[in-house]
Amino acid sequence: MDVTPKYKGSFVKPLKALSHLFREPVTLPMVPRPASDNYRGFHVNDWELCVGCGTCRQICDNAAIRMIHIPGLPDDPAAGLKPRRPAIDYGRCCWCALCVDICPTGSLALSREYVHVSPDMNTYFILPDEKGIHGLNFPKGWAKTDDADLLDLARQPMPQRDPDSRGDNFDEIVHGYDDQAAILEASRCIQCGMCHEACPANMHAPEYIRAIWEGDKERAVREIYRTNPFPEVCGRVCTHRCETACSIGKRGAPIAIRWLKRHAMAALDDERVRTIALEGKVEDRTGKSVAVIGSGPAGLTAAFDLAKLGHAVTVFEAKPEPGGMMRYGIPEYRLPYDRLDADIAVIRAAGVDIRCDSPVGPDLPMDKLRDDFDAVMLATGLGAGRSTRVPGTDHPDVKSAVALLDAITRGESIDVPGRAVVIGGGNVAFDIARSLARLQRKTSGRVDMTLVALEERDHMLADEEEVVEAREEGVVVLNGRGPRQVVLAGPSDKTLGGLETVRCLSIFDEEGRFHPKYDDGDVMLHEADMVIEAIGQASDTGYLGEDLTEALEWARGRIEVGADGATSVSGLWAAGDMVEGPDVIHAVAAGHRVAESIHRFLGGGTTTLEAAE
Amino acid sequence: MRPENYSPVQHPPSHEYELYFGPNHPGIEGNYAIRVRLNGDVIQEAIADGGYLHRGFEKLMEQRLWIQNIALVPRICVPDPVPMEEAYARAVEALGGLEVPERAQWIRVMMLEISRICSHLFTFGGNAATIGLYTNMFWGISMRDLFLDLFEEITGARIYHMYITPGGVRRDLPEGVLDRLEATLDEMERRTPEFEDLFFDNAVVIKRARGTGVISLRDALAWGVTGPNLRGSGLPSDVRRDDPYLVYPDLEFDIPTEVEGDALARMRVRKAEVVQSIRILRQVIERLRGIEGPIRCPLPNPLAWNIPAGEAYTRVESSKGEVGFFAVSDGGPKPYRVHVRGPSQMHAVQVLERVLKGGRLEDVAQIMFSLDACPPEVDR
Repeated sequence: MDVTPKYKGSFVKPLKALSHLFREPVTLPMVPRPASDNYRGFHVNDWELCVGCGTCRQICDNAAIRMIHIPGLPDDPAAGLKPRRPAIDYGRCCWCALCVDICPTGSLALSREYVHVSPDMNTYFILPDEKGIHGLNFPKGWAKTDDADLLDLARQPMPQRDPDSRGDNFDEIVHGYDDQAAILEASRCIQCGMCHEACPANMHAPEYIRAIWEGDKERAVREIYRTNPFPEVCGRVCTHRCETACSIGKRGAPIAIRWLKRHAMAALDDERVRTIALEGKVEDRTGKSVAVIGSGPAGLTAAFDLAKLGHAVTVFEAKPEPGGMMRYGIPEYRLPYDRLDADIAVIRAAGVDIRCDSPVGPDLPMDKLRDDFDAVMLATGLGAGRSTRVPGTDHPDVKSAVALLDAITRGESIDVPGRAVVIGGGNVAFDIARSLARLQRKTSGRVDMTLVALEERDHMLADEEEVVEAREEGVVVLNGRGPRQVVLAGPSDKTLGGLETVRCLSIFDEEGRFHPKYDDGDVMLHEADMVIEAIGQASDTGYLGEDLTEALEWARGRIEVGADGATSVSGLWAAGDMVEGPDVIHAVAAGHRVAESIHRFLGGGTTTLEAAE
Repeated sequence: MRPENYSPVQHPPSHEYELYFGPNHPGIEGNYAIRVRLNGDVIQEAIADGGYLHRGFEKLMEQRLWIQNIALVPRICVPDPVPMEEAYARAVEALGGLEVPERAQWIRVMMLEISRICSHLFTFGGNAATIGLYTNMFWGISMRDLFLDLFEEITGARIYHMYITPGGVRRDLPEGVLDRLEATLDEMERRTPEFEDLFFDNAVVIKRARGTGVISLRDALAWGVTGPNLRGSGLPSDVRRDDPYLVYPDLEFDIPTEVEGDALARMRVRKAEVVQSIRILRQVIERLRGIEGPIRCPLPNPLAWNIPAGEAYTRVESSKGEVGFFAVSDGGPKPYRVHVRGPSQMHAVQVLERVLKGGRLEDVAQIMFSLDACPPEVDR
């Protein structure tokens, strides 16, 4: 084509366009055109997968998503399920599909359906299910892909001691996150709040995780102390229901909420923690007095709350140090005692008078306590071991796990067995197995420790990390075996020979009751110098006295209490392991409920520390 | 902009009259008005009157998380949204120190060039329509549709792709899409002679467009003209060359220029650019076939994503000229400030007001379209 200024163009060439009259049109009107494979049409949501976390609502640029409560859907905070599902306002939606890319479960997607015409504005606000806006089951368009996921599903690794350096001592295994790892771990949180609802004490985990991410450790500690006076303890040994419920955990590794709490506490010195913990303490004394029996997590939590509300609280502890099972049950490699002491020091600073070596009993009768104090709380836990009662368990070298753990904590010298067998598959069984294994390695340099559990490997009651770490430390874990009898070394030898076990076929009967069935043909003998039973604990309530025991209502060997921990006897409350179990955080939650109830009973109205926030 | 434009009513001399041109008219890809004072049909004065598409993008961006803005930025230019996504993403990458994987860089170049072709096809059609040639418009739009099909396939959306994200792109390419792109490019090349016949060789077009809306190179530089409009006045300036980004240094392409600076020259530059874009795309297709790997660098959780404090200016050569994003972060989860330098701001305000002066009423729309301004870029 010539472009000299003289070129004036052609009148004929444009007429070639007439040839288009005989061509197919590019677009054919009225023929429905299928959308492309990853088209961004109307939303679809798989209600089976969706947990109602509401992350889609948070990321939405246009506030087009609302979470709608749907009655009848599973409502299970412990499993991280909320009975609500996202509804989309197509007057606002811009089809950016960030909701799809961030959805923790992968339930949300955009379909290939793109036509909706209606004069009714309400039809543009829909609650998508897997069938789509018109129930036409259009295929998925834009859906989650692995390479485009907006969530970080991998957890920051926790630095910890290797098996060689931890096998012969009781130093804490976990080192804790450094600042950078903690911020990275906290940054994974999507603030859905599932953890808050799953936690028995309803800890404000989203808030303190956000504060850690922002580097504001003081605010994190403040959020932690709103609901938990045992953060150092729970930052180490909590059973972390929150992490089970965590939405990120649906496809990836849940946020390490427990380690983040540990990190926040480690970041502040004890003095600063104490100041923050005591914020909001009522200075005026109410003149009322409360006695708490037992200084475990339930008792001390209630004591802390009541002291902050202005009551005079005295805690009576039978053992030489406060802490209950946290001290005398949990081994030091999981929970160093100085950290437990730090938590208890805060509680003491709130004005709680903890009297150790003060068992309730003949010298300090229950009646006197009930006369001297306006309210009494029982929180004595499960201090007694239970026996399998198989033949031979009356032998002196058959020990109870709690008694042994208690002795180890007290520093009493125990005869470390050269070979030992632990019966039980829970955390306590692993605590004693690993503690004794450490002592074995310390004294003889070698570990000979066998743990027999009824449950199969996949259904162990103990935490997964306990099983893994115990094996690393040389503990032999045998699954699916039950004890048959304790045998002697020889016909005339009275020393312990070992434990005979049989294969366990099933643990529960049809009605779900504990009733193990064994295969008597599959017998194994585990030679041992000591057999330790760790199959559960019982509470020892002899200190109550006959009259009170008679007056209280009991249910299956435990004191029956209302939702607020009040017993059937006026002025008497009970909480913690002795009524429900099974862990520290449940005890803390129960302690709060009891404190609230006692406060109301003492005329303090319904005002509680938490409600006053 | 609007309130200041309303000056007290001044009655023009009796032989002059004022005409409100817009906001809906064929001269531009959106709502935009000009007030022209005429003597007969000769323009004495033109005053740009924008604001009809003001949606407050810049301010809105301060209210949204860094990631959320990827849904907002393409809306700043409807016909050519990809450069907006690219400029914003690169600003965030510069602030956050993100490294874009190689495959994503090539995909981004592919998107940018397809978008350029789409936008130029749109302009062909529109420009012809301003002088009464509607066939051209149908052709341009129908050809563009074939490229939009590719966009739909790659990004799931035809117009607002929201596809380029800080750190890369949001999805990998679907199976076989490169083959289909190649086929579409073949079709485009097959159609090019028809566009020549219908438009560039058309005696009516040449008669109307030659010598209309002339911008001299000196004026163009003084008024901040960029892109095809500047190249139509003779300066081979192009951000892809002058300040290369992504993988443009690895690509062979020419920078077409014309010297006349009139409406015809600007359209001829665009036509030549489409040819260059096809050339680039063929190289990209070749390279993309051999590059595997991630399409995005790892990003933090978008709900907990603070960008380090700082400021960044990034620019991209769009079909309209130099698109620039100036982003400031105060270290928080949202931008502290984002300024958008839309090239159309210069073309539709200061350039248009000056070029129209002395022109004729029937050329207003044509001059506007030959400048290829995009009103939302003006209003932001």
